[in-house]
Amino acid sequence: VISTALTDLWYGFGVALEPHNIMWCFIGVVVGNMVGVLPGMGPLATISILLPLTFGIHPVGAILMLAGVMYGAQYGGAICSILLNLPCHPPHAVTCLDGFPMTKQGRGGVALGVTVFASFVGASWGITEMIFLAPVLVRVALEFGPAEICSLMLLGLLAGSTLARGSPVKGVAMTVLGLMMGIIGTDLETGAARFTFGMTHLDDGIELIALALGLFGIGEFMNSINQVSTVNAKYANVRLRDMRPTKADMKRSFFPMIRGTLVGSLCSLIPGTGPTIASFVAYATEKKVSKTPEKFGTGMIEGVVCPEASTHSSVQGDFIPTMSLGIPGDAVMALLMIQGIVPGPQLIKEHPDIFWGLVASFWIGNIMLVVLNVPLIGVWVKLLTIPYKYLYSSAMFFVCIGVYAANNDMFQVGETAVIGFLGYVLMRLGFHPAPILLGFVLGPRFEENFRRAMLISRGDIAVFVERPISAVFIALCVLLIGMQIYVRMRGPKKPVTVLEMAE
Amino acid sequence: LARNLVRKRDFYAGGLMILFGLVMGLKGPSYRLGTLMHMGPGFLPTALGILLIGLGIAIAGTALGVPEGEDEDILPENREWWGWGCILASPIAFMLFGSYGGLIPGTFACVFVAALGDKTATLKSSVILACIISLFGVGLFHYLLQIPMPILEWRGL
Repeated sequence: VISTALTDLWYGFGVALEPHNIMWCFIGVVVGNMVGVLPGMGPLATISILLPLTFGIHPVGAILMLAGVMYGAQYGGAICSILLNLPCHPPHAVTCLDGFPMTKQGRGGVALGVTVFASFVGASWGITEMIFLAPVLVRVALEFGPAEICSLMLLGLLAGSTLARGSPVKGVAMTVLGLMMGIIGTDLETGAARFTFGMTHLDDGIELIALALGLFGIGEFMNSINQVSTVNAKYANVRLRDMRPTKADMKRSFFPMIRGTLVGSLCSLIPGTGPTIASFVAYATEKKVSKTPEKFGTGMIEGVVCPEASTHSSVQGDFIPTMSLGIPGDAVMALLMIQGIVPGPQLIKEHPDIFWGLVASFWIGNIMLVVLNVPLIGVWVKLLTIPYKYLYSSAMFFVCIGVYAANNDMFQVGETAVIGFLGYVLMRLGFHPAPILLGFVLGPRFEENFRRAMLISRGDIAVFVERPISAVFIALCVLLIGMQIYVRMRGPKKPVTVLEMAE
Repeated sequence: LARNLVRKRDFYAGGLMILFGLVMGLKGPSYRLGTLMHMGPGFLPTALGILLIGLGIAIAGTALGVPEGEDEDILPENREWWGWGCILASPIAFMLFGSYGGLIPGTFACVFVAALGDKTATLKSSVILACIISLFGVGLFHYLLQIPMPILEWRGL
């Protein structure tokens, strides 16, 4: 197993190191990092806005670039939370707790330095996991029939909506809404136009980019306009030489880093538990293990290193189910599926260049991140002080042109505005829109497989519990719902309070 | 009780979900339901609609459990009607000016309208920003990425 994995990896490096591919990866990492640093721009918004840049690139280059954008933005978010106490992306909310106090003590540079290192270690472990686990999972996945695929999707959807932030019932409602939006358009089997309300433009369904940009672009801007106070960059003057951690710092952060990595990789194996949960669990674990738990929140280096390692390890690990089973773990992964490539068990066999090239480029990209962030930190700090009023209005242009360029269709620009309005209303009503995207992406495939499973079983719904693999997934679903109810019934919602710090 | 309910956020959240569910559930059967074995195009929408109505009722039900006096206003403290309007008008401006005039007018209108939404924005600052972004946009999207949209043309009304 190891030797084939290594040969494949070698091949992957060959693909990823081709001059144009490495260039796309580099551009992706730099631009992703740059946009991710900007306050208020999480990976979801960053990827959505930068998607149009990848149109017209060869699929391999495009996916390498998008992946680069994703982990670049992920890392950029850490800078914003450590230096400004602004978590642009929920996983970084815990990083703020100890990262910002460190900045106040003038040790922000050190915090950033160890973060670079911790995220690299976390990511490397996640990639290694991917190399060895993905081919195994693929072999299992090839045995899957429609019934198994259906129950696995159900598990993913349930986990994605109930374990995320906010009320689980509202999360499920958002997923159902997403599934419904996926239904709009022409039915693949019968050709019936559903819910198009007579608009021929809707025959092909809602465009994924319009949905993503509406919810995470326009909706988010409406939420933040005139609310974001001018950024207080008082403490944020970090110079290059401040970034080098001392030997003592490294020694203190070594074990937290390992623990964070392990927590992250465990979390990534459960579908639906994205980096947010990984980082919160990691922080809680670290606090428990520590001899001085009362000092957490006052600038403990462990409190920065552990969640960051965990976030990055889980982000990379999330690629495993996405790529091998074709079922994205969270909204970010769902967006990566845009580029015309259908991930799934066939991907590794049919497009080894994409799969192994992506794996290899993760490493190259993560090394680039380390190398880039050391000298460019001054530039990032400058970027942090750009006022929001310039940011959102320029971003509006990117939203419009991005949606237009996807299909050269102006109608979709209007579609985005409508979805953006809906997204803002939902946000005001206490919903989190991310599960919509997941439901939307999985919706058509869920329907297709559900119909097929029912056809094969001659309309017998028991097929989902009669086939063993499917039964396991269904059992997990029941367990998940049962746990949620149990936690509710017990009254004080303890696990929720940890997550609520993100808000 | 009824008056209290009207002021709860979850009441509206549930109501909205019930509304969506009703649209799906009532319109779904018109696409032919089919049988469980041979599902028609209306089967899943109808099922999802019913599920969403149930979830909506559950959400609206939790509104009863929320203690009085919490921040339950559905509108935020600062009502940015002007700002929201500008953000929503910006894509519409892009659509209009983009389809009749091309990339430059579209971009300019889009950024200009969006920029006006900020409280501290002036006409001058918005025009300057819109000019900069238009220049940048033409360079990046027309020359570099070659998006098939004319830079400047008049297509008539």
